[in-house]
Amino acid sequence: MTTAVTTHGPRRAERTPARRGSATLLKLAPLLPACALMLVFLAGPIAYALYGSLTNAALTGYRAADPEFVGLDNYVQLVGSAEFWRSAWLTLFFVLASAVVGQNVLGMGIALLLRAARGPLRSVVSALVVTAWVLPEIVAAFTLYAFFSTDGTLNAALGAVGAGGTAWLVSFPMMAVVLANVWRGTAFSMMVYGAALSEVPPDVAEAAALDGASGAQRFFRITLPMIRRSVSTNLMLTTLQTLGVFTLIWVMTGGGPGTQSSTLPVLAFQEAFKFAQVGYGTAIAVVTLVVGAVFAAVYVRVLKPEVD
Amino acid sequence: MAGAGAGTRAAAPVAVAPAAPVRPRLRVTSPHPRGASIAANLALLVVGVAFLVPLAWIVLASLDGDATVSVSLPEAPTLQNFRDVLTYELTLLPLWNSLVVSGGAALVTVAVATLAAYPLSRYRMRFNRSFLYVILFGSCLPITAIMVPVYALFVALGMLDSLTGTVLFLAATSLPMAVWMLKNFMDSVPVSLEEAAWVDGASAMTALRRIVVPLMRPGIAVVFIFVFTQAWGNFFVPFVLLLDPARQPAAVSIYTFFGTNGAVAYGQLAAFSILYATPVLVLYLLVQRLAGGSFALAGSVKG
Repeated sequence: MTTAVTTHGPRRAERTPARRGSATLLKLAPLLPACALMLVFLAGPIAYALYGSLTNAALTGYRAADPEFVGLDNYVQLVGSAEFWRSAWLTLFFVLASAVVGQNVLGMGIALLLRAARGPLRSVVSALVVTAWVLPEIVAAFTLYAFFSTDGTLNAALGAVGAGGTAWLVSFPMMAVVLANVWRGTAFSMMVYGAALSEVPPDVAEAAALDGASGAQRFFRITLPMIRRSVSTNLMLTTLQTLGVFTLIWVMTGGGPGTQSSTLPVLAFQEAFKFAQVGYGTAIAVVTLVVGAVFAAVYVRVLKPEVD
Repeated sequence: MAGAGAGTRAAAPVAVAPAAPVRPRLRVTSPHPRGASIAANLALLVVGVAFLVPLAWIVLASLDGDATVSVSLPEAPTLQNFRDVLTYELTLLPLWNSLVVSGGAALVTVAVATLAAYPLSRYRMRFNRSFLYVILFGSCLPITAIMVPVYALFVALGMLDSLTGTVLFLAATSLPMAVWMLKNFMDSVPVSLEEAAWVDGASAMTALRRIVVPLMRPGIAVVFIFVFTQAWGNFFVPFVLLLDPARQPAAVSIYTFFGTNGAVAYGQLAAFSILYATPVLVLYLLVQRLAGGSFALAGSVKG
């Protein structure tokens, strides 16, 4: 990626190479603190993760002080582990259901409703949706834990209309955390789509309406194609965001019951700190990071025109 | 923010209120405007209730002497829950720790990112482009996913349980986004003012300090608040890196409290949550005032 970029940089007035070299270095000096911090605390852990996943490091005992190099053993163990594959599928389900479908569809829906509705209800509802997003994640996790718990509001409401409840966090932990992540994260998509929709010139859709296009046709054939860049950006950002969700799941279900709601970040934490398998937990972290890096690379390509 | 960052961090931008309607609205759903707007209002009402109920629990439970996990109006509203949790160990020290960690991370991030943004915004160099790609890529990586290796690295460096280490780690994770935002803010400060200063013999750093920074104060404030909020709400990073309860910020102490007392003292948990969440809500409103409309969003997400 970088090599492709550096070949067509802007040409400057030519000076002697030596002077140009030292002047460039001086100009780049303000970047040093940022580079140093990111090298130590971002690149450092990533490099350490790649190395650590090749060892049998443990949390305590002699394997903690002096881990052995075990090559790809952790990855071999990972690929052969039913628990890992289940966690990978849970992560895929969590991301698809709560980010790609839940947050994006609901966010777009609310953005459209806010434009179609009248009166003070609009600002009240958008304030409520945004509040759920601004709250610290752990507070959001507590409120949703209370909502879904056995004696919680959901069961009380179901009881009031004569329907029987269940222990949602135990019987349907994935459904609970998916809905929780939709509740918490929809505001972001709502704001991105709200801004995008307000940029669409109304005359195009009006012309289509005159030609007899229905509301749905106008949305899918005209509005959506016009804001497709916002859609792809937002899909990517919500996906990356959701891939890293830990606190919400950890507080609501602890990954449980058992590991029935352990997405990859939760499983990595459990392996490392509950079962003291730091090397194995690190290998899971690396897999998650690689998945995130693939999405991030696609996202950077989508945003390429912004950099150039 | 959230996210980001973190946990909520992956590039959650500083939030923006839904854009005020500037142009006549599209009639998307139906050719009959009145019917459509009634239907839209009804649908919005359903959405509003779904978002309100969990939020209402936290407010009502905090005022309820014997709160449960279910939403109910307190029979005798009381502030006793707040009185119970407002002690030094339970609330004040953790909130102070949160302030130190988040304020430190935000200060370091803003200072370092402003410096870095200057050459990226002012000089056209080949290096810039590759640097911006790396920055953009870094701002997307799910950092929470690598907390296990981060823990192992901190153990190896002997930095576990260090406030400085935690602050620097939080700063480094918010740097990519902050550099990206500040570079975009700086691009909108006209270069002509600095050229006058350069002619008078001022160095680039003097120009940055005297001319550019004062002109982009709102942008810097937005980024500061953005990083502060992310760090304030971050649970996972201090949960893994800070072990001594005397150093733990509110996000972690509230979790410990929930683990030991939550099942019996939901009212106190809710009161604690409100005390902890209020600063973030206030800062969010402040950002709205500082950076109205699409300004903040343009700095972070260009879609």
